[in-house]
Amino acid sequence: MYRYDTMDRTLVNERVAQFRDQTRRFLSGELNDDEFRHLRLRNGLYIQRHAPMLRVAIPYGLLSSGQLRTLGGIARRYDRGYGHFTTRQNIQYNWPKLEQVPDILAELAAVEMHAIQTSGNCIRNTTSDHLAGVTPNELEDPRPWCEIIRQWSTFHPEFTYLPRKFKIAVTGAPQDRAASLVHDVGVHIVRGPAGELGFEILAGGGLGRTPIIGQVVREFLPREHLLSYLEAVLRVYNLEGRRDNIHKARIKILVKSLGIEEFRRRVEAEWESIRGGALRVDEAEVARMRGFFDPPAYRKLVNTDPVAGKEAAFRAWYRYNTAEHKVPGYRAVYVSLKKPDVAPGDATDAQMELIADLSDRYSFGEVRVTHTQNLLLADVEQDKVFELWQTLDRARLATPNIGTLTDMICCPGLDFCSLANAGSIDVAKLINERFDDYDYLYDLGELDLKMSGCMNACGHHHVGNIGILGVDKGGEEWYQITIGGAAGADASLGSVIGPSVAKADVAETIARLLDVYVERRRPDERFLDTVRRLGVKPFKERVYAAPVAA
Amino acid sequence: MPRQLLRDGRIVVDDWTYFTEAANADAGNAEAAKIGLLGSAHPSNAIILTFDQWRSDVPRWRAARERLGVILSPADKVGQLAPDLSRFDLVGAEFPGPSEGRGYTQGRLLREQHGWRGELRATGYVRRDQVFFLARCGFNSFELPDSDLDAAAGAFSTFSSRYQPSNDIGLALKLQHR
Repeated sequence: MYRYDTMDRTLVNERVAQFRDQTRRFLSGELNDDEFRHLRLRNGLYIQRHAPMLRVAIPYGLLSSGQLRTLGGIARRYDRGYGHFTTRQNIQYNWPKLEQVPDILAELAAVEMHAIQTSGNCIRNTTSDHLAGVTPNELEDPRPWCEIIRQWSTFHPEFTYLPRKFKIAVTGAPQDRAASLVHDVGVHIVRGPAGELGFEILAGGGLGRTPIIGQVVREFLPREHLLSYLEAVLRVYNLEGRRDNIHKARIKILVKSLGIEEFRRRVEAEWESIRGGALRVDEAEVARMRGFFDPPAYRKLVNTDPVAGKEAAFRAWYRYNTAEHKVPGYRAVYVSLKKPDVAPGDATDAQMELIADLSDRYSFGEVRVTHTQNLLLADVEQDKVFELWQTLDRARLATPNIGTLTDMICCPGLDFCSLANAGSIDVAKLINERFDDYDYLYDLGELDLKMSGCMNACGHHHVGNIGILGVDKGGEEWYQITIGGAAGADASLGSVIGPSVAKADVAETIARLLDVYVERRRPDERFLDTVRRLGVKPFKERVYAAPVAA
Repeated sequence: MPRQLLRDGRIVVDDWTYFTEAANADAGNAEAAKIGLLGSAHPSNAIILTFDQWRSDVPRWRAARERLGVILSPADKVGQLAPDLSRFDLVGAEFPGPSEGRGYTQGRLLREQHGWRGELRATGYVRRDQVFFLARCGFNSFELPDSDLDAAAGAFSTFSSRYQPSNDIGLALKLQHR
């Protein structure tokens, strides 16, 4: 993984000093609330329902064991013993004290971490495929490019006060595990006319109030131009994006109002004037970055059958919670953070420390955060997977549900977030209680449920096969249900099935949707494909045919 | 009390007068500003116009004896000012509030695409916390509250290195290699 050099280290330390001074000025009254808000937001610090919320950057979701241990220690010493992993592959702490935040940042800096640009109207943490570098069919590991983007975007002098936040995702495999089509900019590693590697650039995707799938701005960009092209996109956005209405300020609204052709014309015109400049990424720099992501020292192994002769519980877990690895004898192992009685994405201090230890023992000391709010040990020897499972199971980190209905994406909701209209964690709990039969879950197969407590859509509900959106109805929490959304390479936005339902009826509503699917599906047809084939109508009819019994 | 500002890293007394201020001082009303009556209350003979003021009577300003400066509002296009740049001795960008960011791009475009070498001034909501970024976008003069002047003079070294090539004062950096 990327390791800081003196320059990186100095920069984060200088950022800690700067933020310490800004916090001091606020606490002493030199800065008013509004002035401090603009400063703290660029360092991941929100003022939330109960306390400040601090969001810490995990660049493209990659952590060393030492970093994860530090995150656990911070959860214990500055928070209430847990942290929440997010869809941007970051971690959030819900209960830090404002005056202690500079100390937290100093501890993070000591392990090459920071909270720079994890909130505010600037370029946020670049996200990527959690299987980068280990998935069999990727064209190229996207992480060196993520790091190149991370450095270029960090303290970018021109783009620190954008009209609105700006999110970039980079993928290198045909399957899109980073939801790149609903990002402000999606970068896909693709092959060019002569077989050379470069990028397809998309822009204008996003969720929130106005969900939009990103469109292609450039089909093929030679690799050395990545930063100049991104700079051109950002420059057009910074000048032309709307600043009069926060709900119309994302780049997706600009792309939509100009149309993709005109947007492309402006970007290309700007790019022409800067493409020959100093932003060119030369091969030496690419090679230097690649060096940080060289494969670990894999042993020469052959593929085995780790489930042979093992108990059913392990077999089920292995099937759902592990993924194919490109190196023979290895497997990528998900650590599920989706336990029935715990908020999706939450991990305790002890769990973080345990996973750090396990990564040292089994996976070259690295851990990844997935955008679906789980953790991943990417490089586990197949022969060790069983004993790893036993340890994870004891620590309640082996819920065998990855990719199934209860592997929900969920925002913190009304319990923590001051923007939310409705709770999401308790609804997740209700769904978990209702769908606790694993045979049924496995029979349903690949199915993702995504839930947001408000239309800001942090839980990506628009692109859930089943999406749940919390709405406020006369002071009560209600839930609007969508079906048919998808976040992958075939991304689509879900369709609303009808009027929103009360909290107590959410689980029954989902059960009715699933009944229609089970009755009408074709062999091996996914829920998503059945919805696409049948349309919303039969689902809607079933849900609203009879009131939910109290 | 004369306005102080930070220019090229030093705190100095501003030797420029805003046209609106001068007109108000002369005639005591904004009407004077509109018709462009300049009296003797601006000894510097160095007048800063808004881009709108410039555009409302270009021939007259072209012919004026005074040194001229112009301040772009966030929505003004640098490209529209570019043909007239040689008439000015100062160009600036206005930051109406702490979230405004278009001026950063305006600054870079002026320096990097239109070859502006003169004073580039940031005005409006400008604080010590922005000075580092503004300087990297090519600004070399900053109108700050008096209480921020000393701290801002030290803010150019907030970060000792940079990841991006850009305009620091008089310096075009290459993409960082190390």
